[in-house]
Amino acid sequence: MTVTTPARGVEVAGKSGAMSLEVEDGVAIITMDLPNEPVNKLNQAVKDDFIDLMRRLDGDASIQAAVLISGKPDTFIAGADIEEFLEVKTAEDAERLSLDGQSLLDRLEQLRTPVVAAIHGACLGGGLETAMACAWRIGTDYPKTVLALPEVMLGLIPGAGGTQRLPALVGLRNALDMILTGRNVRAKKALQMGLLDELVHPSILRDTAVKRAREIGRGEKKRSVGRRELTMADLALEKNPAGRAIVFRQAREKVRKQTQGNYPAPPAAIDAVAAGYSLGREGGLSEEARLFGQMAVTAESRELIFLFFATSSLKKDTGVTGPAPSPREVRRMGVLGTGFMGAGIAAVSAMQGIAVRFKDVDHDRVAKGLKSVYDVLSDRLRKRQITRTQFDDQMALVGGTVDYSGFRGVDLTIEAVFEDLALKHRVLKEAEAEMPVRAVYASNTSSIPISRIAEASKRPERVLGMHFFSPVHKMPLLEIIVTPITAPEVTVTAVALGKRLGKHVIVVNDAPGFYTTRILAAYMNEAGRLLDEGASIEAVDRALLEFGFPVGPITLLDEVGIDVGGKIAGVLADAFGERFASSESMQRVIAAGRTGRKGGKGFFLYGKDGKKGGVDQSIYEFLPTGTARADVHPEEIQDRTVLAMVNEAVRCLEEGVLRSPRDGDVGAVFGLGFPPFRGGPFRYVDVHSPEMVIRRLEALNSRFAPRFVPAALLVEMAERRRRFYPLEGRPV
Amino acid sequence: MATMGNGRRVAIVAGLRTPFAKSGTVFRSLTAQELGKLVVAELVQRTNLDPDAVETLVFGTVVPSVLAPNIAREVSLLSLLPKGIPAVTVSRACASANQAITDAADQILLGHADVAIAGGAESLSNVPILHSRGFADAVVAASRAKSAPKRLGALARIRPRDLVPVTPAIAEPSTGETMGQSAEKMAKINHIAREEQDQFALRSHRLAAAGTQDGRLAAEIMAVYVPPKFDTVATTDNGIRTDTTHEQMQALKPVFDRRYGTVTAGNSSPLTDGAAAVLLMSEEAARSAGYAPLAYIKSYAYAALDPGEQLLMGPVLATPVALDRAGLTLKEIDLVEMHEAFAAQVLSNLQGFESREWAQRAGYLHPVGEVDRARLNVMGGSIAIGHPFGATGARITMTLINELRRRGGQFGLMTVCAAGGMGFAMVVENAG
Repeated sequence: MTVTTPARGVEVAGKSGAMSLEVEDGVAIITMDLPNEPVNKLNQAVKDDFIDLMRRLDGDASIQAAVLISGKPDTFIAGADIEEFLEVKTAEDAERLSLDGQSLLDRLEQLRTPVVAAIHGACLGGGLETAMACAWRIGTDYPKTVLALPEVMLGLIPGAGGTQRLPALVGLRNALDMILTGRNVRAKKALQMGLLDELVHPSILRDTAVKRAREIGRGEKKRSVGRRELTMADLALEKNPAGRAIVFRQAREKVRKQTQGNYPAPPAAIDAVAAGYSLGREGGLSEEARLFGQMAVTAESRELIFLFFATSSLKKDTGVTGPAPSPREVRRMGVLGTGFMGAGIAAVSAMQGIAVRFKDVDHDRVAKGLKSVYDVLSDRLRKRQITRTQFDDQMALVGGTVDYSGFRGVDLTIEAVFEDLALKHRVLKEAEAEMPVRAVYASNTSSIPISRIAEASKRPERVLGMHFFSPVHKMPLLEIIVTPITAPEVTVTAVALGKRLGKHVIVVNDAPGFYTTRILAAYMNEAGRLLDEGASIEAVDRALLEFGFPVGPITLLDEVGIDVGGKIAGVLADAFGERFASSESMQRVIAAGRTGRKGGKGFFLYGKDGKKGGVDQSIYEFLPTGTARADVHPEEIQDRTVLAMVNEAVRCLEEGVLRSPRDGDVGAVFGLGFPPFRGGPFRYVDVHSPEMVIRRLEALNSRFAPRFVPAALLVEMAERRRRFYPLEGRPV
Repeated sequence: MATMGNGRRVAIVAGLRTPFAKSGTVFRSLTAQELGKLVVAELVQRTNLDPDAVETLVFGTVVPSVLAPNIAREVSLLSLLPKGIPAVTVSRACASANQAITDAADQILLGHADVAIAGGAESLSNVPILHSRGFADAVVAASRAKSAPKRLGALARIRPRDLVPVTPAIAEPSTGETMGQSAEKMAKINHIAREEQDQFALRSHRLAAAGTQDGRLAAEIMAVYVPPKFDTVATTDNGIRTDTTHEQMQALKPVFDRRYGTVTAGNSSPLTDGAAAVLLMSEEAARSAGYAPLAYIKSYAYAALDPGEQLLMGPVLATPVALDRAGLTLKEIDLVEMHEAFAAQVLSNLQGFESREWAQRAGYLHPVGEVDRARLNVMGGSIAIGHPFGATGARITMTLINELRRRGGQFGLMTVCAAGGMGFAMVVENAG
């Protein structure tokens, strides 16, 4: 079981093939390097090998201390192997998994030979829990060295002692912040918190760790106890039960507000942390394991883990089926239109080192666009996500222009001008005349069919849609729209660019409204009809917030622009007929000239500073039932809007607009804010079963025929008792 | 210089500048380094230059930043360019950008480089304000003191007068004479009347205004969207007076000699912020990368004289040498661009070109000759356009080349006078 490589005295241990051991002058150096994987993960085989290794360390008197280090370039340990979670069937199974992990790390902590964690790269979840069980933690001063407990993002809580060890090391408030947000903490910040004991240049990490291990092993240095200096606030809020009660109460309140009670994991994590304070380490650990078990089998966790797999599989998707040509590297890019979208695209591109030629018709517009880019980047500077130098560098990549100078060298141009076909044709022709023949031309249209736009092109095979979402630097989705003649090389280039910009990229086929706009319109239209029937604006928004959307549909309409919504509705009604016919309310509000936030007048009030206030009561005079508002049950509101969206999503798959249910779910969640804990429209159908969804649609259709006629694919699936995703194993 | 026996020729492929702005106006929030980066970034983008092809960057500046003394390196670290481009800052007073261009050209001619960026930048809105010697001594002593009382003791030696900051003047370190006083002296020695100077300054403004209006000057200017607010877009030089009259000119009081003087703010170049850059390539590299050269550098020369004599007569000594090296005479020159530090200086230089005595001082029997006014600074000059010391040389290079091409002329001559009694002249040939 142990293979010795005599030349370097390196032993590769065990089943996983991940762990190697070499002994240097009494210090054992354990290097973890999971074969055939880009990152280190903790799976059962690794854990078994770990136990063997610890036995070896305990039994070998010549070993005084040990160092745990990674052989991967950018990861220490990225966490547990999530694939193993799919095999967990019951809360008891999951609880046992947690208890096993806890006892392994307890053993690591109590080992005779102290272990020093040498952390270079991502140290996440179970990886951080492992590091926290070590006697000393050294991190590298390196941008990719980040520490986090991201379990809540998967609907889980830390299950290997993280809820107990983290507060002990960094204090209650820091710990709650990390556990409840799952956010990455950079090495420098981790040092300040006490999560790291030392910060060194990567080139001396190993040597420093060996030296420190030896010192601790010889008793010359004490084991780390984490944070040492306490502030007055720490004493007041963390070092006594009354103060902690305040902290816990505030944390619960904040979680409730942010999740609308839809996510069970954050409150469970708070419970586990609190148990540690009230019951001690032992009691805290068993509470952590129990809650971990509970969380692991929640529907919310299942859907969040589904999304993890869905987005991971998208990362490997080139955007074309079959053998893919290699993407063209985008070094220089043109952006046409310096409005908010164009500026967002320019900013995220500059962040990735792409030189951007930023074009509009006059200097004032260009200046305004540059100011937007500046604002996005300086926000990152203020939040210390980038340094001053990076800020200057990124800003310098964006060059404003009012002509097409500089377009001769672009690899790709993204057009983000006003949604007007004639205008889009004009700028396409102008840009194409300047661009190299092999450059890609992408339109950021949200509703105009790409084939229509490509009609003006001399090279229509190099034209596609790149539909970004606003605000571009925050929204994680990119919907790429291809026509039947889009060249595969063009598609893969756009997909690769989208990934480089940090987006989840779905590729859909050209059709009116593509995928996201179309299903959103179905949902928004239904919200409009609810207003027609007398539902109040607040009630509609509230019902869908409770359902789990980040903003209500009427608020969203104000943000997107009521006129834009109307325009899109028109395009879709032309294409798909009556079920997309605009609501009476919407038509009247548009006729009244209200455009939403940008015009300062919409469904809501806007202050001089642009801050949104409550509902503008004067809008009701435009609605069919006037100020008379009826009580509509939230469930009715949710059912009608959401089922309209879900039904339309299935149609998109049926018609081949979507390539897969996976793309549909990722698109709805990351582009439209479909509640992540519900997985997406297709997961929604699977969870509730096609039969049930059809029954509900038919019930609605009997009242509102024909717009709730179930999609043919849905009927077919119900007949054949099929699901969109496999019930066992990896969903995608 | 046309070739160096190795058949290489230096082509000027493109050039660009920021608008020139009077100090303390639109660019007051920008440093020279930032101005330099803006112009090079735009030059790289506009020319679709392959950043990996750039082999050297030379930049000129006259009043260097104490914090970033090698401005060229800061500019070359622009994110559009790779980090491995060696960069050097040069200083030859008002001919610094010319120095940058000729240094880059020499590197190309030698075969050490094929593609180079050269230029210069100046912010006279951001000059370093120094502490007095007394203050500096005390602070240094305090920082070396071993104990707190000694530190306090050192600082206690500071006197109120030590707190007055030292603003650098544009004066000759050797003679103590300011640039204006030198121009004043030249006006007197060469008998350049006030009226003549005012007329020349008026001409500069009038021609520059016309050149701006008809877009000829716009060809060399980029738009600067001024950060951080971006509420200002600079597209044209802001020192050009379209409405100034002869009477207004005459009404100005002499600045440097209030009793007998003739040099006024009106007939001098103003303190200016701005940057300019030029893209140079070997003729071969330009062609293989698909660039059509604008012009070739035919020859150049630098010269100097005693700064205590006539500080700004350097061009008179440099010009015959440059023409000689080009194998040309003034008659064959289609267009002349002379840097206008002062009207008195330009007029003195023009006189010098016609003088046998000055020709002999330069080592020639015959004078350069009379410059045809119809071919001289046809879109005005530094008096109207402005004069950011470190950038002017690159500005004049492009002004000359662009106009030479518009006119279909073959040869162009430029001259620049510089502090320290130095002068520069260069001959370019239209690449057709």
